[in-house]
Amino acid sequence: MQRLINDPNLVVDDMLKGFVLAHPDLIATTDNPRVLKYKGTPVAGKVGIVTGGGSGHKPAFIGYIGRNMVDAVAVGEIFSSPSAKAFYDAFKVADSGHGVACLYGNYAGDNMNVKMAIRMAAKDGIEVKTVVANDDVPSAPRDEADKRRGVAGEVLMWKVGGAKAAAGGSLDEVIAAAQKAIDNTRSIGVGLTPCTIPAVGHPNFNIEPGKMELGIGHHGEPGIAVTELKPADEVAQTMVEIVLPDLPFASGDEVVVLISGLGATPVMELYILFNRVAELLNEKGITIYKPYVGNFFTSLEMMGATLTIMKLDAELKTLIDMDADCMGLTQFKRGA
Amino acid sequence: MDRFPSSAGRDIVLSLIRTIQDNAAYLSEIDGAIGDGDHGINMNKGFSLAEQRLPQGPVALAEGLSILGDTLLTDIGGSMGPLYGMLFMDMGDACQDQETIDSATFLAMLQAALAAIQSLGDAKVGDKTLLDTLVPALDAFEGAVRNGESFASALASMAAAAEAGKEATRNMVAKIGRASRLGERSRGHLDAGATSCNLLLQAFAASITALLNSEST
Repeated sequence: MQRLINDPNLVVDDMLKGFVLAHPDLIATTDNPRVLKYKGTPVAGKVGIVTGGGSGHKPAFIGYIGRNMVDAVAVGEIFSSPSAKAFYDAFKVADSGHGVACLYGNYAGDNMNVKMAIRMAAKDGIEVKTVVANDDVPSAPRDEADKRRGVAGEVLMWKVGGAKAAAGGSLDEVIAAAQKAIDNTRSIGVGLTPCTIPAVGHPNFNIEPGKMELGIGHHGEPGIAVTELKPADEVAQTMVEIVLPDLPFASGDEVVVLISGLGATPVMELYILFNRVAELLNEKGITIYKPYVGNFFTSLEMMGATLTIMKLDAELKTLIDMDADCMGLTQFKRGA
Repeated sequence: MDRFPSSAGRDIVLSLIRTIQDNAAYLSEIDGAIGDGDHGINMNKGFSLAEQRLPQGPVALAEGLSILGDTLLTDIGGSMGPLYGMLFMDMGDACQDQETIDSATFLAMLQAALAAIQSLGDAKVGDKTLLDTLVPALDAFEGAVRNGESFASALASMAAAAEAGKEATRNMVAKIGRASRLGERSRGHLDAGATSCNLLLQAFAASITALLNSEST
């Protein structure tokens, strides 16, 4: 392993310490070392936004803690769900008395731990409602969409849910907006190399040189096909052709496009990919209202990228446009 | 005797902890084939933490299992934290206030273990999960008790059924959890949860049998 780590069993703890020190203007610690919160949380009168998941996906999940974004995050081991107690403690710190929206991804461990945490919170009188992201098209057929994984579309779900809460939405309104965001969102990933959990020490899957795994998951879950690694323009076309018919997206739609690297792919290549995606959408009469290109949701040191597209309506546009201040996604209105 | 004192709980819980510690690398290796290779690491972390939290001196079985379950729930995430956490908490509840544990109480504990798992997910027998070990083990124990067999004999039946159940996961296609993403590619490998569940049931059987033997001498 060519990695900048100390004890491989302590990478999450070491990372959290550095993250807190690096973002004193945004992040506060809590009594639970596996829960971080926005330093302004709980914001009086605001619905709390909580998420959580395994580590190894920076900026997800803690990088989305901030203003108009996520209030508290439960932190798990690498690729392993946070404990029920961590989710419960995150609910407690995020609740200002107006309830908590837990916006997370569809993974077996997260589903169980969130379910138990909600039971614990109910005993304290904290109301928690959930949206479970399932934007990853290749992870299950369309008629089994409830089995699909949540991937980079979660970032847009947090953006929309966080903005709705900041705008004064009630818990039900925040949940409805976040649900609409994920229902309007579809994603696909391609993996070019495997990744290694430091404590395991070797990759637990393999991608041959010259090949790519089409539809790969954020933990290296196999996709729908292993294909030749083609030029970026052809990869972009394949991704677009799988994502667009699934919603389906159609001529006249306005969309957010989010391209995220999986950890080791140079950002330069993400722009190469985006260029062709933008051309293809333009040819189909789909307007890109807002693009995001960068490392938003990664998988340790995997090479590859994900494409996420969200169809917008008036409400989603307003929420996507709202200012956001967090490590993973900072935006302010320009030129006004 | 066909019962053992609850105050020997420490021996039993320590036997559970030891088998996970001794097999941590093995469990991770199995998990690595079709999961992400951290099952042994996370289980070892949780069980070793619970060992530190066990009080010195005699520990009631209910208390020991409750400490183990609470540690897994609080400090271990993933899928195994809540699954084994609830399993041990509810097994502990099922023997609460019992000064001695007989086969009827242990049957109730196994039934509570199954109910705990079923309350958290919707896996079924054949889905390549720990249920493929637990359900046949419970059935075998229950059948032996109903046939009037001794506690030790019922434990032996349970252990044999657990081992066979675990081995049967090798030819199953995972229907749930991370390995289910592999579909047919999950066939040919043991399920890590079924394997750890078998280790734990073997440890229950061995440690309780030792206690029953020492009580009868």
